[in-house]
Amino acid sequence: MSSVKSIMIVGVGGQGTLLASRLLGNALMRQNYDVKVSEVHGMSQRGGSVVTYVKYGDKVHSPVIDLGEADIIIAFEQLEAARWLGYLKKGGKILVNTQRIAPMPVITGAAKYPEDLVDKMKAAGADVAAFDALSLAEQAGSAKAVNVVLIGALSKLMGFEEAMWHEVIADCVPSKFLEMNQKAFELGASADL
Amino acid sequence: MKRLMLGNEAVARGAYEAGVTVAAAYPGTPSTEITEQIAKYDQIYSEWSPNEKVALEVAVGAAIAGARAICSMKHVGLNVAADPLFTASYTGVNAGLVIMVADDPGMHSSQNEQDSRHYAIASKLPMLEPSDSAECLAFTKLAYELSEHFDTPVILRLSTRISHSQSIVEISDRVEPVQKEYKKDPAKFVMMPAMARGRHVVVEERTDKLRKYAEATPINVIELHSEEIGVITSGTSYNYAKEALGDSVSYLKLGLLNPLPVKLIQDFSCKVKRLYVIEELDPVIETHCKAIGLSATGKELFPIIGEFSQRLVAERILHNSPEFTKLEENIPVRPPVMCPGCPHRGVFYILSKLKLMVNGDIGCYTLGAAAPLNAMDTTVCMGFSVSGLHGYHKAMGEEAAKKSVAVIGDSTFIHSGITGLVNVAYNQSNSTVIILDNSITGMTGHQQNPTTGYTIKGDPTAKISLEKLCNAVGINRVRVVDPLNLKELETAIREETEADEPSVIIARRPCALLKYVKHKPPLVIDRNKCVACKSCFKIGCPAIVMADGKAQIDNTLCVGCDLCTSLCKFGAIGKKEEA
Repeated sequence: MSSVKSIMIVGVGGQGTLLASRLLGNALMRQNYDVKVSEVHGMSQRGGSVVTYVKYGDKVHSPVIDLGEADIIIAFEQLEAARWLGYLKKGGKILVNTQRIAPMPVITGAAKYPEDLVDKMKAAGADVAAFDALSLAEQAGSAKAVNVVLIGALSKLMGFEEAMWHEVIADCVPSKFLEMNQKAFELGASADL
Repeated sequence: MKRLMLGNEAVARGAYEAGVTVAAAYPGTPSTEITEQIAKYDQIYSEWSPNEKVALEVAVGAAIAGARAICSMKHVGLNVAADPLFTASYTGVNAGLVIMVADDPGMHSSQNEQDSRHYAIASKLPMLEPSDSAECLAFTKLAYELSEHFDTPVILRLSTRISHSQSIVEISDRVEPVQKEYKKDPAKFVMMPAMARGRHVVVEERTDKLRKYAEATPINVIELHSEEIGVITSGTSYNYAKEALGDSVSYLKLGLLNPLPVKLIQDFSCKVKRLYVIEELDPVIETHCKAIGLSATGKELFPIIGEFSQRLVAERILHNSPEFTKLEENIPVRPPVMCPGCPHRGVFYILSKLKLMVNGDIGCYTLGAAAPLNAMDTTVCMGFSVSGLHGYHKAMGEEAAKKSVAVIGDSTFIHSGITGLVNVAYNQSNSTVIILDNSITGMTGHQQNPTTGYTIKGDPTAKISLEKLCNAVGINRVRVVDPLNLKELETAIREETEADEPSVIIARRPCALLKYVKHKPPLVIDRNKCVACKSCFKIGCPAIVMADGKAQIDNTLCVGCDLCTSLCKFGAIGKKEEA
């Protein structure tokens, strides 16, 4: 269905990808789109590779995104960006937090963390926008806000009103963390991509 | 009002709107959130039962009493609950009873990929399958109508992609229930042979009525677009087909999976030249089509293993699919790991060090099977560790008892480990059972259980003493250790495996992710003292990484559990001020 847009959120279990998909899903619903958000819970959340699919349009049927279908990928970590790059549509855009988190095979020495992944993804023909979202999250007050920084960066690609995003954040995060998350959103939205 | 809801949350909402007053479940991915959401409604009594069999019996009892009830579980949970399932089919209900079962195609968080539709056929119960959250809500409400109309439990089948996908749902008000009158009726509810024979006749008559209903139900829907290709499908497979094929083919979308219609399918097949069946897992609909004399293409084209997608449907039927970018790079896998500070880690480190044969079980600690710990020999089902170890000992003889253990979590032990331990005591094997008591049901996302002292709503309640329970079933050697104290842990495991009688070691420390667990400041590694011997890597902690040839602790991950400190012979690991 050509009218349906697909956004993938990929990262490492524990990085807060589920909140990011919740913010995005609610924002899209406020824009009166039909929305489906598909996530996987359970064992894979324990520090494993995690992926969430967000799809929107007039009418969304399938909740999942397969190879070559994502208009945008938001990657919370470099290696995960590379792992899921094949899911990007030709001409799609991938936002990459340049943070590196070593997976267990790298920690044990069974494998090496590949170098220069951003350049390699660009060389493969992908439209890559890479930035250090972790530093911006720390600047906002907590490394945990990296998810909202990335949603801020995504908001620039979506073209919705900024006030709407702030309403969604206010709805979805606990009030004691609201100010920090709003700052994280702003920092993401003004990041130089 | 419109809301974006998980399929699971929509089932909970449907149960609420349908006037359910009793809900019982044992947690299991991908079904857990149904009962977690139900627990938020004050009008519904809800509980985490010790296992799915108990949960279903609670729900059957409530339905017999005259209250609408729901029982939720994952696919393998239905194996545990199969005993009451088959006979509740005979008794029927009084008020409506819905059994929600969530399959896990692709095994995102499961030990097998079984297809629950076989249970509906075998137990002769109607089964509904929604394809999005709106249908989750609507079908749940319909299931209560059917349950009471046909006097039968109704199974609602979900799958991971339905349970864990959010889509838009229109909610409405709850219809306050009128409790039905309970009447003593032994011919209906006492299933001894004389009565059960009579009830089996009723079951077959009911199935005949349900077959007629299947021909006319509004949830079996024909969408006519093409006279060339017809697709019969259901649930999430419908979504993939619809996205891949759009309105270029005709559809028969089945909302009622058991019994399947005959005439409806025959009529549909007459309207198209070529018939496909698109269904994940086993060829249940396809086999039915073939049994009623139709030529349908299903598993010749589509796999019997794993999840489908729109890409797969497009590839197999249209022979095209989108191109994608390939990165010529070896991407290391990122398997799930035990969290930093996890109390299970030390146990598996010692089991690995002592080279013991380990019978594992179902929970976060199954990750002890993965590198670098590699400390697990078997994992089969809930409770297998204890009874499987007993069988291993009976086959291998006494020496084997000194070189093997069972490991099982607190919640899993309550679920299915107790009876295995009774057997160890009664039929005498020198088994050593390690209960990994992290004071919560961990893997499914922190649910209370009978060992935690709290109910599903967080209210204080009776707390089972694992020590007393093990003593009571006949285990005399029961000791409690702190799994972060490696020395104490190793001594306990050595002594108990050597002992000439069965024993239980309770490795007790709460899950590091529990809110009340206070974390210590992250540790640091003194680069001058570190000789890169990699001893600290043997515990497989994600917070310890190699940086510029020396070990380094990631201070965003480390919770200061201190497990690694004693592994370093060079004293390189310590608190910030010491190092």
